[in-house]
Amino acid sequence: MSKINKENRPITSEKFMNEFHRYQKGSITRRHFLEVTGLGAAMTVLGTAMPSLLPRKAHAFGNLGNRLVFATWPNYHNQVNLDEFTKMTGVHLQMNAFGSNEEMLAKLQAGGTGWDVFVPTNYTITNYVNLGLIQPLDLSRLPNYDGSANDPMFAKPATVNGTVYCVPKNWGTTGFIVNTKKIKNSPKSWKDFFDVTMGAGSGHTIVHDYQLTTIGAALCALGYSFNSIDPNELAEAEALLIKSKPHLFAITSDYQPGMRSGDAWLSICWNGDATQLKNDLPEMDYVIATDGGEIWTDFYAIPKDAPHLDAAYAFINYLQDPYIQAREASVHGYAPTDSRAIALQPDSLGSDPILHPAAELLNGLEFGAAQTMTDPVRAEVIARFKSA
Amino acid sequence: MLILPLIVILIFSFGERAAVGGYAASFTFEQYANLPARLKAFQNTMIFAPIGTLLSLFMAYPLAYYLALRVDRRYKFILLVLVIVPFWTSLLIRTYAWIFILGGRGIPLMLEWIGIEGVRLVNTPGAVMIGIVYGYLPLMVFPIFVSLEKIDKNLLEASNDLGGTPFKTFMQITLPLSMLGVATGCMLVFILLMGEFLIPAFLGGGKVFFIGNALVDLFLQSRNWPFGSAVSVTLVVIMLITVSLYMRLTMRTKTGRDESLM
Repeated sequence: MSKINKENRPITSEKFMNEFHRYQKGSITRRHFLEVTGLGAAMTVLGTAMPSLLPRKAHAFGNLGNRLVFATWPNYHNQVNLDEFTKMTGVHLQMNAFGSNEEMLAKLQAGGTGWDVFVPTNYTITNYVNLGLIQPLDLSRLPNYDGSANDPMFAKPATVNGTVYCVPKNWGTTGFIVNTKKIKNSPKSWKDFFDVTMGAGSGHTIVHDYQLTTIGAALCALGYSFNSIDPNELAEAEALLIKSKPHLFAITSDYQPGMRSGDAWLSICWNGDATQLKNDLPEMDYVIATDGGEIWTDFYAIPKDAPHLDAAYAFINYLQDPYIQAREASVHGYAPTDSRAIALQPDSLGSDPILHPAAELLNGLEFGAAQTMTDPVRAEVIARFKSA
Repeated sequence: MLILPLIVILIFSFGERAAVGGYAASFTFEQYANLPARLKAFQNTMIFAPIGTLLSLFMAYPLAYYLALRVDRRYKFILLVLVIVPFWTSLLIRTYAWIFILGGRGIPLMLEWIGIEGVRLVNTPGAVMIGIVYGYLPLMVFPIFVSLEKIDKNLLEASNDLGGTPFKTFMQITLPLSMLGVATGCMLVFILLMGEFLIPAFLGGGKVFFIGNALVDLFLQSRNWPFGSAVSVTLVVIMLITVSLYMRLTMRTKTGRDESLM
């Protein structure tokens, strides 16, 4: 760098250090230091773009206690954000990861979970409301939440009978992931998925330990609705699943280790996990099946008997900050529903086909339906499939 | 206090699944009639638990014997601690480690280097068995170790002096005197194995299914408490029968021997 160039900069490094030492010694004020060095201006600019960067004092949040119990899904958060929340508020997070909504419901139904915030999926919310397991949200305590920034297609399930019970987190699709090095004739549909499983890829497929997606995939392969609760259609789906069972590698919702180790070549997959896998292993290919599948939104909700209510509101509010949302998404790979957060994402993510698939690909997908969660036949089908 | 949960389960087992899951009061044998739907899980448990117990025994006995009678006094303590060390972390984490050891990047990869390809270890019955023996070995070692440790060394010396071969000494003195430890270890491991769910879930990939896994499913996924209760009650009954049979058997051989000694 030439000397002229150096002098043209707002402040030279030598001068910066001089000012810094003067500030350290107390001969100039902090304000003067920030002004002459330009750091103040930089922080103001950054601060407007990313409000969470503005220095905040812990007491600005009031006394939130020191603990928050949070039930969520695996690989679904940015540790930087969680640590920052703890640092800002003094609230320590105790996080539990779950593999299915049914498991969360079972815990809440049994009572005494001690959860303050949890992450339910669209189709479960009316069930939680009907069972009196979640509480309405006081939106005035969530200033970072902007309802108008969320596409109603995704945000709609949050409102039950005119009352808002939760705020959206992310949306995504459930398709499957293929290791293209191992499976050459690329499967396109759930029918292909089961054909490959029982054919060329035998012994290398993972299905979820989750009734909605696993039974849903079998139903789609047979040409039925992802949400079907028709006993005859479910019997056919069960037969297909049990027939494919000897050819499966595993039944688990924690499918990343198997795909990464090369033991599994094909798995039912949520699109964010697909992004995480593809980032490390380019041979991974995410497919939205042509014969159906799931589109979903996850939400933040507060259980009825949440013991740390103030901390819960502070936490949800923090996570609704568009900048924080974008920072979350940069790690977990799911698309935010909030247009303010999408605007902050790098262009490469905004046009990523796994995060934001073409609209026509979404046409065949279904949102989960409330009755699929509580249907006793579906519950027993998955349990019998697993114990077969 | 100990009986109360059992009574709750017994009552639940005659109930019905509520519309959205959970328990609805009723009196029906429907849940028990549905038990054959979990036949495979019962079979798996009834096969893996005894075999796992025996394998642990065969692995643990030589180890305990070595620790109690052969090893130098100076190293005994350190070696004993080494047996306990795995207990300092959760079985969950240690079992998770086995997933990687047995997974495609672990032992199968090494086998590929020496030309054996396409070996699959994880998510097989064999993997579950390895996990079981690994997880339960210390529980088997300690009771046997204690009973061997208590043996009066003069007896062994006497046998030797009277011209007994080492094999004869072992069969007629060491083994009979350590039977109590063997019986305790087997009982401990067998009972815990009957309720095991973590190892099959992790190393069986949900494909090797125990009754414990069926119970986790029924309570935590399908929320069918009454059926889950019926399965538990059945498991408890099976255990009561096998354990009492076992007790009678071991008691009888013990009293038989006492008489012969007289």
